Amino acid sequence: MSDIVLRDVEKYFGDNYIIRKLNLEILAREFVVLLGPSGCGKTTTLRAIAGLEDIDSGDILIDGHAVQNLRAAERDIAFVFQLFALYPHLTAYENIAFPLRATNESKAVVDQRVREVAKTLRIDHLLQKRPSALSGGDMQRVAIGRALVRRPKALLMDEPIGALDAKLREEMRAELKHIHLQNEATTVYVTHDQVEAMAMADKIAIMNEGVLQQVGTPSEVYQQPRNLFVAQFIGSPIMNVMDGAVRPGDAATTLVLGEDDARLRFPSELYHRVVEHRHVEDELSIGVRPEGVLVERQPTDGYIAVEAHIIEPLGPYDIVDLKLGKLLVRARTASGFVEKAGDVVWARLDEKQTHFFSTRSGETLDIRL
Amino acid sequence: MAHLALNDITKKFGRHTALAGLDLEIADGEFFVLLGPTGAGKTTTLRLIAGLEHPDAGTIRIGGEDAAEWSAAERDVALVFQYYSLYPHYTVRQNLEFPLKAKHRRLSPEEIGERVAKAAKTLRIEHLLERKTDRLSGGEMQRVSIGRAIVREPRVFLMDEPLSNLDAKLRELLRAELKDLQMKLGATFLYVTHDQVEAMSMGDRVGVLDHGRIVQVGTPFEIYNRPRNTFVATFVGSPAMNLLPARLVDGRLVIVPQRFEIALEPAVLERLRGRSGEIMVGVRSEDIEVRPGLPLEAQVYGVENHGVEKIVTLKACDHLLRATVPARTELSVDSGSTFGFNQGKLKFFDPASGSNISYGEEAHHG
Repeated sequence: MSDIVLRDVEKYFGDNYIIRKLNLEILAREFVVLLGPSGCGKTTTLRAIAGLEDIDSGDILIDGHAVQNLRAAERDIAFVFQLFALYPHLTAYENIAFPLRATNESKAVVDQRVREVAKTLRIDHLLQKRPSALSGGDMQRVAIGRALVRRPKALLMDEPIGALDAKLREEMRAELKHIHLQNEATTVYVTHDQVEAMAMADKIAIMNEGVLQQVGTPSEVYQQPRNLFVAQFIGSPIMNVMDGAVRPGDAATTLVLGEDDARLRFPSELYHRVVEHRHVEDELSIGVRPEGVLVERQPTDGYIAVEAHIIEPLGPYDIVDLKLGKLLVRARTASGFVEKAGDVVWARLDEKQTHFFSTRSGETLDIRL
Repeated sequence: MAHLALNDITKKFGRHTALAGLDLEIADGEFFVLLGPTGAGKTTTLRLIAGLEHPDAGTIRIGGEDAAEWSAAERDVALVFQYYSLYPHYTVRQNLEFPLKAKHRRLSPEEIGERVAKAAKTLRIEHLLERKTDRLSGGEMQRVSIGRAIVREPRVFLMDEPLSNLDAKLRELLRAELKDLQMKLGATFLYVTHDQVEAMSMGDRVGVLDHGRIVQVGTPFEIYNRPRNTFVATFVGSPAMNLLPARLVDGRLVIVPQRFEIALEPAVLERLRGRSGEIMVGVRSEDIEVRPGLPLEAQVYGVENHGVEKIVTLKACDHLLRATVPARTELSVDSGSTFGFNQGKLKFFDPASGSNISYGEEAHHG
């Protein structure tokens, strides 16, 4: 198991940067997810680590050794693709054993290694089957088995479960994570699906337009997004973001949303914190996740009356669009809490879950109340 | 705007039966979602209503009248597809005008102009009217496709997975927009999807389709809380409902003999009305509580942090169970924990047929 370090890695085509000054440390045994929209550079980064793609500058270190000039085969890394590249004429056993053929291991050792891996992946009963007789999930397990059997320094995966249906993806997510905990292979996993990233990662590295935006644990990127891109890429439903301004008062700060669409009472500390940042003249972007919008059915001190617009009943909870003047703010409520569209309810933003960003730069002001 | 009724529809393609005795009734002005996996017969249903296919048996009524002899154009329904069918070299305005210039419509240029302006305003694409469609983003193209349906003022809108090619964020945004649009227009929408979140969030009612048959029709609340069978129970909701084979013995639910059983509460027993023997029990992840001091023991198999909450996979004997817990809950993998069920929310299914054994009564009691 090895650590992987990317230092000032760059890759460009002509004037277009694919990866820009990327610095990332992946610790031994860690499960790191590279997350971002299509074209953000995540797959290129993964392929660069694997040696399938050259970089234009910077270093890629595996266990402290620069590998950027080594061929893929010399890096001792295993790669799992989205499409299960199995040999159709070989059994699951032979597919898993395949990478060991080139080594000088004895038959007994090969057999032991294949059976060990198959047991971890819970496919020991399927070893004599050919790929055509396997389900999608089992095929992917065999593909992973083939990657693990070599005991590589690291395991790289490019959207390995993207092609599976929703239910199977859910199961495989838990399964892959469990496999990781058992074999402890350093894993770098690429996906555009933030749910997958949140569910599996020890650490998420979020990329956009070739630039690393933030690296952190799932709860860090969810609770303390560094900028508006991360704030709105992580989480579903998407974080509400509104223009805002602060006005000082005796015992409280008034937070004015939109073009005076709503006025909310916030702790007086807020105004002072914004002044400290010299952002009074600057426009603020106010971010709040649906669970940070508090809703009551009765008039409540500090809450403002709003009209419920669309209600999305998602089963365990509802997402309710609330009209704050011309703004629409999405709130998460208990199932059936707001009865029907058109109802008037009372709402406020939970100050502990409200995020403040500079509209100009998109960066967080790091104000936490 | 029109009422839509399909009665006992059968459609075969060679030896493959796509639809088998399908019944469906959609009220005037309703947002109805047809939900099902690939191959369930969703698109075939839409094509039959649009007049692009003809049923082997059964009747289709649009606005109360039998549509069998009507051509596709006479049915006056609009189809919106997953792939935008726009003319690439024309502007957005030209694309919107196109369906109105058909001879049979006899619309004056003023009327056409008015309709285009109105649709563009509704969809907030007024600023794009003079742009060529090959210079639009995916979300804009899908808005224009919907605009082409709106200008026709059809009796029914048929939508075939219109959002599935868009990325997750845009899909979320357009979901709310489409629902808003339908409410504004007061139009009849039949919307087809395999995505249960789309169905739950947009549908006034949802029809769940499996192998060419309607399994259940109901509001999103009914579908989620009173699934008719194990197919609906596991297809709707994420994570999927946990299903455990069990036995009912003297008022106890035995999941694995001696090691994993619970005494059922009187209210639950009443629902089961003296039933005993083999049973399939269903429990949603949010109806499993995980904390110290509860009657059942498990090992933590995995923890997923979803920000707003965590999903924990528990291993109890040989069963893997998903539980939703608050985000602040700290659980480490391979440690032991205990759990319990919210018994009032347990579902019971016949192990052979998969039917919810208290389906009718539950519906009765609301």
